[in-house]
Amino acid sequence: MKNKLKKIFSSRNLGDLIFEKLTLLFAVSVFLLVLLMGYEMYLGSKLSIDKFGWSFLVNSTWDPVQEIYGALPIIYGTIVSSLLALIIALPLSIGVAIYLAEVAPPWLEKPLSFLVELLAGIPSVIYGLWGIFVLVPWIRTDVEPYLSDKLGFLPFFRGAPYGFGLLAAVLILSIMVLPIISSISRDVLKSVPRSQREAALALGATRWQSTMIVLRDARSGILGATMLGLGRAIGETMAVTMVIGNRALISPSLFDPSYTMASVIANEFTEATSEMYLSALIQLALVLFVITIIINAFARLLVWRMNRRWKTT
Amino acid sequence: MEIKLSIKNLDAYYGKNQVLKNISLDIPKNKVVAIIGPSGCGKSTFLRSLNRMHEVVGGTIKGEILLDGEDLTKTDPVLLRKRVGMVFQKPNPFPSMSIFNNVAAGLKLNGVRNKKQITPIVEKCLRQAALWEEVKNNLNDSGANISGGQQQRLCIARTLAVNPEVILMDEPASALDPISTTKIEDLIFELKKDYTIVIVTHNMQQAARVSDYTAFFYMGELIEFSDTKKMFTSPDKQQTEDYIRGRFG
Amino acid sequence: MNSRFFHYRKKITSMIMMSLTFAATLAAIVPLIFIFYYTISKGITYLNLDFFIAMPKPVGETGGGMANAIVGTLMLIGIGGAIGVPVGIMTGTYLSEFGNNKFGFMVRFLTDVLSGVPSIVVGVVAYTMVVLPMKHFSAIAGGIALGILMIPTITRTTEEMIKLVPHSLREAGLALGIPKWKTTLAIVIRSAWKGIATGVLLGLSRAAGETAPLLFTALGNRFWSTSIGQPIASLTVYIYDYAKSPFEDWNQQAWTAALVLILLISILSLVFRIITRSKYKTN
Repeated sequence: MKNKLKKIFSSRNLGDLIFEKLTLLFAVSVFLLVLLMGYEMYLGSKLSIDKFGWSFLVNSTWDPVQEIYGALPIIYGTIVSSLLALIIALPLSIGVAIYLAEVAPPWLEKPLSFLVELLAGIPSVIYGLWGIFVLVPWIRTDVEPYLSDKLGFLPFFRGAPYGFGLLAAVLILSIMVLPIISSISRDVLKSVPRSQREAALALGATRWQSTMIVLRDARSGILGATMLGLGRAIGETMAVTMVIGNRALISPSLFDPSYTMASVIANEFTEATSEMYLSALIQLALVLFVITIIINAFARLLVWRMNRRWKTT
Repeated sequence: MEIKLSIKNLDAYYGKNQVLKNISLDIPKNKVVAIIGPSGCGKSTFLRSLNRMHEVVGGTIKGEILLDGEDLTKTDPVLLRKRVGMVFQKPNPFPSMSIFNNVAAGLKLNGVRNKKQITPIVEKCLRQAALWEEVKNNLNDSGANISGGQQQRLCIARTLAVNPEVILMDEPASALDPISTTKIEDLIFELKKDYTIVIVTHNMQQAARVSDYTAFFYMGELIEFSDTKKMFTSPDKQQTEDYIRGRFG
Repeated sequence: MNSRFFHYRKKITSMIMMSLTFAATLAAIVPLIFIFYYTISKGITYLNLDFFIAMPKPVGETGGGMANAIVGTLMLIGIGGAIGVPVGIMTGTYLSEFGNNKFGFMVRFLTDVLSGVPSIVVGVVAYTMVVLPMKHFSAIAGGIALGILMIPTITRTTEEMIKLVPHSLREAGLALGIPKWKTTLAIVIRSAWKGIATGVLLGLSRAAGETAPLLFTALGNRFWSTSIGQPIASLTVYIYDYAKSPFEDWNQQAWTAALVLILLISILSLVFRIITRSKYKTN
């Protein structure tokens, strides 16, 4: 009796079988593509990996003439520029998300959301163009002299007001990650059910207090959105290359030029004449790939978990 | 009396949950069989087993379903569904297609390309479904822009176009107003000349009006199956009597 | 008294914080207005017919246009679309129709992760996979990089849009004896295609704005070329080169190229909107 309890519906339509396998083939190809990307970069950077090993990450000399490649100042520039951009963008983004999800009347929310998304859609090279001709001159003539005058006693605001440098990169990155963090955070806030707000208001909470409760519910999702913004900032290439000054330098001053992994690759790849040089650049791309994958994987898990939480209950 | 569909020892499951228990039932040709019973008694599952739509939502069955002696559980479900059509509870015309193309969908998607062949079939089916007069001047309108009753008759015409032998109806009038309901019931009466019909309904007056035979399901079991007149006047089982008299369910 | 004071303080805090969120939103919009203002006001000075039909002039000569770059950008997104659109739509279809399992979950996760991989990294991969074996830069290498970048957007939109199609339509198709694959293609995807087209458009317009993955794949070209095996010009790479150049005339043209790029992306979305304006409602 028991072995009769099997699925009787084993017969299938041939076309359906082909269709399933065909779409599966494409899904597998996307799956393999991601693995292949990592593998290709590993192969391409093998020369450099074999020679420098882990010292690639901690050595602070990046000298193509001597064929010595240490990425520390580049990794430093990447992390500092991204984190500072996040520090500026995060509070603003949360403000925008709260306004769009909780405060704005519906007739205003739609166009404002559209504008914020438009900001995310502007090509990065146009940000860079604007950075070179508008932002950098403004920083050179107004922002940097002002900062060194008022806050020059701090090591962060010393040096010649050159315009191109870490400060410009930080500002442009903060503009670029803002729409990402705010639009995802807005969605996360909206996924918190209405009843949560109503419950708070019914207890005599003000709108701000009820918003804080919603915010607490949504915090892991907002953290995810922030991580996605961080991933974007770390990998951002064109706008940064165009304003950061492009010099592998570890300096506390925001006025000094710096370099990021993405901008090194963009700047030097076509000039890489030796195989070792090319290999070192590909290794840089591999490091960037691994870092952004880890950040994104973490961020997606947070956002997914957040969205699922209210769906299941 | 010729038997069209013969169901033998049918069990149906959702995962490990058994929803139909050992159902055996013969459905005669060119008759209307009504399936009645309280919600959750398995009447919809039974209907959806007959054209293997039950497995689309992840269910499984065991047992035999013979259509003219051929076991349906072992054939290609696609070929089977051309022979056993289905009308659903909520009208579901294809919103991206015109009225004409809704009726023609089954033909076109099954490989009939010749428009000369399709056009007369579409007209015939719309006439059979008593919809032709209402839509003949706007066959190119969207199938979703007509009234609910019209949509349901459009779905019936769409089913007829594939030229099935059996038509399954899953509470076809429950989402409709009384006038539309009457039209659908009249239609069922007409259609049984050419087709064998199995209809699930929660409305006992409807079962009494349209069907020749009635099956009463309760808790996944077939309690009683007999001539409709007999069923509604002197049922054999106490449970049937209680249900029909409205004592539970 | 005390509780009333507390009550007012609570209310005032609430009002102040709510106004601050509004201020943050305004602050977010300001750069957008600035960027649009400069792109339009600076770009429009060189915007003339020549820009669309003439070739770039050598250094020192004023005037000229970017006909080759406009065609190049269109070709690059064409090649990218030829790769990214079918792969994205098929993968999205797999995920929505058959992807309710571990493998589907993994693919979904990987496409999400892929969408976060910096475009310059994709450029490096296209370089090692296409440029190195071919031994020279080419439009096809650039197109492949753009195609890979389109895949996540198109895959996920396709999946989401197909999932929005009511289950009853699927059942209606299957009950007519239409095989599942035909039901999916002719009924489900057809109902969802407006949404899918929006995803495709998003993928294409993002690709049109990409620069980093083209720098060492398609490279750039000062001459007319429509060969997929040769380096090809693109608007974005021109903007980058001309913005960095010391020649004021080129700087000006960079703004015009930026304006044209934005116009191109807008036209792309307009065309899509016209195409997808179907007679019957979807969903």
